Amino acid sequence: MTEREIWAAILVAAVVSLAVRALPLTLIRRRIRNRFIRSFLYYVPYATLAVMTFPAMIDAAAHPAAGIAALAAGVISAGAGAGLFPVAIITCLTEYLAGLI
Amino acid sequence: MMRRETDETRRMIRRGLRDGLPIGMGYFAVAFSLGITARGAGLSPLQGWVASILNHASAGEYALYALIGARAAVWEIAAVIFVTNMRYLLMSAALSQRAAPETSFFGRLGTGFCITDEIFGLAVAHPGYFSCAYLWTAFALADFMWAGGTLCGILAGNILPARVVTALSVAIYGMFLAIIIPPARKNLVVAGLVAASFLCSFAASRLLPGLSEGMRTVILTVALSAAAALLFPREDKEEGREAP
Repeated sequence: MTEREIWAAILVAAVVSLAVRALPLTLIRRRIRNRFIRSFLYYVPYATLAVMTFPAMIDAAAHPAAGIAALAAGVISAGAGAGLFPVAIITCLTEYLAGLI
Repeated sequence: MMRRETDETRRMIRRGLRDGLPIGMGYFAVAFSLGITARGAGLSPLQGWVASILNHASAGEYALYALIGARAAVWEIAAVIFVTNMRYLLMSAALSQRAAPETSFFGRLGTGFCITDEIFGLAVAHPGYFSCAYLWTAFALADFMWAGGTLCGILAGNILPARVVTALSVAIYGMFLAIIIPPARKNLVVAGLVAASFLCSFAASRLLPGLSEGMRTVILTVALSAAAALLFPREDKEEGREAP
């Protein structure tokens, strides 16, 4: 692509991703009363984050066993009440050490 | 009163910096490898930096650089960016229920711009209305580190050892676990939903390899959340006056 075409592509991508991110937040201004929709929106974050975590975490690791070790370390430390940063460090270190094997 | 508000804002900014930093560090590593892809597609360091500041989405940007490298048509780029980022529609809708009533149009627009998987995670991790000062600060720090990572990746190529990049790329998932596991311990339905999400996501990735990760996330999120909402609708009193 030429310099100009690349800039156009970047601009189009930026506009589309802003629209996707901002439209619901700016358009839905009322409190949703419908019980199903409220429940649905309550469950969405957990489903999304869980779907994105597994098996992507295993695939991102050096080998599946290292990924599973990191996942287990993350679940255990998060379950024990560790915060975002400690859990992130623990999973990284576990993956690094398990990946060496 | 005024005084108390500024103090509160300052507190939120400090908390945003504290929580944005680890996210930014994970971002830097992921964006670094993204920069290597961008370099291959022919982007200049400035183009990579601008693209990352504005798009700040790993899957979306990988797709963007791949399409630029393949000389794809503009409409095709728009369609793929829409699909890879579709989960943000859901996150944005979920956040719309957690905006304080006095949040302005620009407050909502700006918060929408800030949505990434991790920033959304921060918003979810704190119950009640979201704080713009908190989310925007965490986002700004993380986004500059994200764009900086892309820039360095384009400029420097492979400096970090591959082992380190791999280990750092797992950090993001560790953060996701820190967000979803504590509520799952308290609420059996959430625990079941997380387990079902893991299983379905794994099955879909292995049985339907043609389905992109972005689409898989969207389809499974909608299906599983709808099933949970049908089977286990939430009582309004569980949420009190404040948003879930």
